[in-house]
Amino acid sequence: MKTLIFLLEKEFHQIFRNAIILRMIILMPVIQLIVLPLAADFEIKDIKLVVVDQDRSSYARDLINKITSSGYFKLVDCIISTEQGLEYIESDEADVVLEVPPRFERDLIRERQQEVYLYINAINGTKANVGGAYLSQVIHDFNGEIRAEWRPLPSQRSSPKIEIVSNNWFNPLLNYRVFMVPGILVLLVTMIGSFMTALNIVKEKEVGTIEQINVTPIKRHHFVLGKLIPFWVIGMFVFSIGLLIVARFLYGIVPVGNLLLLYGYLALYLVAILGVGLLVSTYSQTQQQSMSLVFFIMMIFILMSGLFSSLESMPPWAQVMARVNPVTYFIEVMRMVVMKGSEFKHISSHFLVMIGFALLSNFWAVFNYRKTN
Amino acid sequence: MTDTVIQTEKLTKIFGSFTAVDAITFDVKKGEIFGFLGANGAGKTTAMRMLCGLSVPSGGEATVAGFSVKNQAEQIKHSIGYMSQKFSLYEDLTVYENIRFFAGIYGIERKTIRARSSEMLQRLGLGDQRNTLVGSLPLGWKQKLAFSVAIFHSPRIVFLDEPTGGVDPVTRRQFWDLIYEASDNGITVFVTTHYMDEAEYCNRISMMVDGAIKALDTPANLKSQFQANDMDEVFYRLARRAKRKSY
Repeated sequence: MKTLIFLLEKEFHQIFRNAIILRMIILMPVIQLIVLPLAADFEIKDIKLVVVDQDRSSYARDLINKITSSGYFKLVDCIISTEQGLEYIESDEADVVLEVPPRFERDLIRERQQEVYLYINAINGTKANVGGAYLSQVIHDFNGEIRAEWRPLPSQRSSPKIEIVSNNWFNPLLNYRVFMVPGILVLLVTMIGSFMTALNIVKEKEVGTIEQINVTPIKRHHFVLGKLIPFWVIGMFVFSIGLLIVARFLYGIVPVGNLLLLYGYLALYLVAILGVGLLVSTYSQTQQQSMSLVFFIMMIFILMSGLFSSLESMPPWAQVMARVNPVTYFIEVMRMVVMKGSEFKHISSHFLVMIGFALLSNFWAVFNYRKTN
Repeated sequence: MTDTVIQTEKLTKIFGSFTAVDAITFDVKKGEIFGFLGANGAGKTTAMRMLCGLSVPSGGEATVAGFSVKNQAEQIKHSIGYMSQKFSLYEDLTVYENIRFFAGIYGIERKTIRARSSEMLQRLGLGDQRNTLVGSLPLGWKQKLAFSVAIFHSPRIVFLDEPTGGVDPVTRRQFWDLIYEASDNGITVFVTTHYMDEAEYCNRISMMVDGAIKALDTPANLKSQFQANDMDEVFYRLARRAKRKSY
């Protein structure tokens, strides 16, 4: 116990003497939480639209008006030739080209049906998808309006129709930030925890001080605890700045659920993720090696965690990978507790899994750390 | 013998197909200053690491302070001090923080650390450097400090791996004064060096060539045995026979 106190004293002295680490601890959560959620916004606005209007009728004009007034599109140009429209796409000046064919109005009235063409620039997949969907929606509405206007037979009026009214729970305005900020907080403590632990121990290897430690009667678990506790404290601190200050005052996110529950899970999660950093350090000899290794692991952990893409839409093998990834569980817990106010009984299985991860990574690391070779 | 503190019997270390230390047998008496000499790559550091419990022998046996290096390495660590070739105090801690940390993990009480460290720093002439970062001290001072930290917990044996590398002659002389002082206090000193003038300061010397001990005696006896005027000559005669390339 006394040994541990001497170890902690030493670690904290070293951490607080390192100006870069100190700045990172304070500035990283603030800056990342300000920048990332603003940038990671999947709502698409200002889709560049070019209209090829070969009809110039009042119906065509109505349709175009309806589209541009939706607020999602920015009308770049209104032209007559299709070729010219496609040139806009080629030069990336247009995301979507809508072509209204000649005799659009006449055929619409005479034959009761007509076609419009959409050319979508799919370089940016998301934008193309969403833009195309928006446009179809608007045209569909327009279609409905025309029908209502003509409605020649009373019988059509009584045709059955299902209308879907959706109601978004826990995030009624579908505010993207409410969804992203908790996830980014997880990312933050994950990166800080794993990198700092791995680098710190490997630095002792590089400088040679670990040899001096290994020749003392220090116990392996004391040494490991002496390394874990400081970063555990830092992880807690960084998370608190992010959640209680930045998320609250900048985004107005106040956790619906129990804070104690959230911190309990964080405490456990940090043990697991620091263990990963520790494990990496036992396998690497230089800071460069450990850096590449942590980077590799964390890249996979983060991309496969359901933070940026939904787990359900991943192929089955990827879902399995996501399930052996501690980051996935913490992101789920964060979203459940912060947005929904889930209670312990809802996330008890998450607790069990995380205890498993924590035991695995730490025992493996202690086992692999050798004082003698 | 009861006052033998290090005893090795055919101690061997093999890395793959390379025999770094080849069945060395010797013993070191209590209070002795034992010089462990050899060219670069002769296997000195490997042998020393085995005696400190940092490296497990591939064969043979050795006891240090009465404990076996094979299965009692952790007990050995209580009784020894070690100063490695690489400077191994924390450069980003102050002089006092280093002393407190290393003394603390050997289980010395805070009160004792405080009292003994100020006395020690006075003796080293580092009294007003107590709160200086070790990284900003000149090399000679660092080495003296590292040695003092290595014997702060009064070990029975202290292992010094080329402690005076890169240090000026005056500081080297002062460093040896510290070694004599420790030896007078009953601490056995096991030291490797490249400086043959330092070899003369030792009570007994072993000469290692290609992983094996080729000569072991007092400096005076070695000189007469090899009909040499000084230790330099003894070293050349032995080291010239080496087959292994130094690396």
